Amino acid sequence: MRAVGIILAGGNNNRMRELSNKRAIAAMPVAGSYRSIDFALSNMSNSHIQKVAVLTQYNSRSLHEHLSSSKWWDFGRKQGGLFTFTPTITADNSFWYRGTADAIYQNLDFLKKSHEPYVVIASGDCIYKMDYNKVLEYHISKKADITVVYKELPPGEDATRFGTLKMDDDGRIQEFEEKPMVATSNNISTGIYVIRRRQLIELIEKSATEERHDFVKDILIRYKGLKRIYGYRMDSYWSNISTVESYYKTNMDFLKKDVRDYFFKQYPDVYSKIDDLPPAKYNPGANVKNSLISSGCIINGTVENSIIFKKSFIGNNCVIKNSIILNDVYIGDNTCIENCIVESRDTIRANSCYKGEEDIRIVVEKNDRYII
Amino acid sequence: MIKKEMIAMLLAGGQGSRLGVLTSKVAKPAVAFGGKYRIIDFPLSNCINSGVDTVGVLTQYQPLRLNSHIGIGIPWDLDRNIGGVSVLPPYEKSANSEWYSGTANAIYQNLEYMESYNPDYVLILSGDHIYKMDYEVMLDYHKANQADVTIAAMPVPIEEASRFGIVITDDDGRIQEFEEKPEHPRSNLASMGIYIFSWPVLKEALIANAHVPGCDFGKHVIPYCHEKKQRLFAYEYNGYWKDVGTLGSYWEANMELIDIIPEFNLYEEFWKIYTKSEIIPPQYISEDAVIDRSIIGEGTDVYGEVHNSVIGCGVTIGKGTIVRDSIIMQNTTIGENCVIDKSIIAEKVTVGDGVVLGIGEDIPNKEKPNIYSFGLVTIGDNTVIPPNVKIGKNTAIWGKTNAQDYPEGVLGSGETLIKAGDVL
Repeated sequence: MRAVGIILAGGNNNRMRELSNKRAIAAMPVAGSYRSIDFALSNMSNSHIQKVAVLTQYNSRSLHEHLSSSKWWDFGRKQGGLFTFTPTITADNSFWYRGTADAIYQNLDFLKKSHEPYVVIASGDCIYKMDYNKVLEYHISKKADITVVYKELPPGEDATRFGTLKMDDDGRIQEFEEKPMVATSNNISTGIYVIRRRQLIELIEKSATEERHDFVKDILIRYKGLKRIYGYRMDSYWSNISTVESYYKTNMDFLKKDVRDYFFKQYPDVYSKIDDLPPAKYNPGANVKNSLISSGCIINGTVENSIIFKKSFIGNNCVIKNSIILNDVYIGDNTCIENCIVESRDTIRANSCYKGEEDIRIVVEKNDRYII
Repeated sequence: MIKKEMIAMLLAGGQGSRLGVLTSKVAKPAVAFGGKYRIIDFPLSNCINSGVDTVGVLTQYQPLRLNSHIGIGIPWDLDRNIGGVSVLPPYEKSANSEWYSGTANAIYQNLEYMESYNPDYVLILSGDHIYKMDYEVMLDYHKANQADVTIAAMPVPIEEASRFGIVITDDDGRIQEFEEKPEHPRSNLASMGIYIFSWPVLKEALIANAHVPGCDFGKHVIPYCHEKKQRLFAYEYNGYWKDVGTLGSYWEANMELIDIIPEFNLYEEFWKIYTKSEIIPPQYISEDAVIDRSIIGEGTDVYGEVHNSVIGCGVTIGKGTIVRDSIIMQNTTIGENCVIDKSIIAEKVTVGDGVVLGIGEDIPNKEKPNIYSFGLVTIGDNTVIPPNVKIGKNTAIWGKTNAQDYPEGVLGSGETLIKAGDVL
């Protein structure tokens, strides 16, 4: 492969509410058996990118645990490999990552010591499948300096939490606004970029000397007149999970057959860490409709239109509707949960009732499992 | 110098012909079990959980699936710098090249492998039992008795004892006598086919018996050690142990997993069973599905009804289909509006719409009544069953069958339909 990969996984977003207390967004469990970052990592691996750096900063314990071995994504090779970079204090730097460009700057040696001519940058909080080689081919054919992968949002969807862009007929980006108050375009940046490695090093070093730290604001937007920055249109499924609403919706999308078939059955596969859990078990009283159930679960109650992540226990006479139950949750008997996201490793007392009204409710009880 | 206190030799070369069409193309240890596992996962997981990190797996019969399952041992953490798992097939020698002709002969042919690890003890295992056992505890027992050979044995109901090799011990557990499938057993301690040998004893016994045709542990090596008045001890084991050598016991052992609190519990944190998982996604249970008392593997889509069944990974069960008391292995597709009763359906099978399995009278199989009994329908790997046919009990089907193979759309009870040759 002609590129190295960088996955920006440092982020937090207050629109994730309580869910971000526990982990970086890139480590959020998605679609029953996966973590958000699995999608970018699998895309890298399936695009034959052999050397990938994950840049992380915010509450990265869970992410580190997930990335404890690179073998699941087939990276542990003699050439290349998976690198996780957290901020460190060095002789000439004692800052946290002050922005995406700074995060790359602080790990510039990774790029300098590589020999691949290109870099693919992706973020860890998006759910999609993509062959980055297609973007790279486009990038080369357009003689672009930077290529930004964009997605056209369907009319009516809120583009203001993304970067919006407008292109000329050739695809060159003319306008680029980051999180505009009013969106004038529904073409949004997916946070996937292709750039020549030496070009990236040059731009990042220049920005650093000017005390500019953000890749989008200080490089993409600032240089768009000077450099040839192109948009590559992506038409397949893509979703960003960095708000509770979009996280919920993205998970629920997997209840649709076409989305499921696209991710689960079509080549190439999405990989994840293997947990060695037994098959899911349905005891008498189980009543499951239109739901995804992951391995290691034991179901004794009713589950409808929901996603039950790995190793969860649903007690007798429970009713779980339109909800997401994250990993390793124990739900006591006679509990009803509707329109909720139950935080992982929690223990919900018997006879509880949680209902989300207008918003999705996030349930965090933090009970000690072996006391109640 | 390399030094491993105890290494394991896992016998996985047998065909397991009593599993009928399930082992047409795969060795018994590679047959799927319990939704996502293969039988060999149990002894392999026991090894790593017991701290035995050097395992030689002896293969001979149809090893392809076994080899690809084991690989370099990653799922069991047996990919080691020194030791780990080694697959040991029979190989050509400058003189006397031969297949593995018996259990002990297979081990004899791999003396060099064992020697290279310089072990004090060698654990002999077979790849066709479902159980959890800490071999380290057994080794402690072996050491405490200063034994030459320790044989794991479990109490069985005395009326069943005549099906097993029975050991008769004194009060200290030292073995006085053996009886192979005795008519009138004098003890109920059955040998489980698990042995710990002190290495010099094993080596000497194997070399001394090298020329015995079909040299076998139970028939030759153990009696030889006994005759030499070596210290043979029985290690009594009281946990769950199941020989899944027949279709009936295989079916039963699977069904026991779906009990509310199964005797053999896969859900305990302690003593995990590892396997190679190729299919990661969660399972999807549709709006119309009904499931109770079942276990279901990853990536399976259920649109129909599943009762009292064990379903593997990547299976599709069509709308309107009812599955009862059955085992369906991975990547099999069941069409719509089928009725499947008491069947064992192997991997990558395609069952057409409207197929009915397990109807009619329970009459014995005409060709192999000893194998296909228990009222089961048994379907081998990669079989295709055309739509709308009805299949009776005690039947066996293997191959890409079409409507012409079913006169009037029926395969009666006790029939066997094997279209070998074109099966892939």
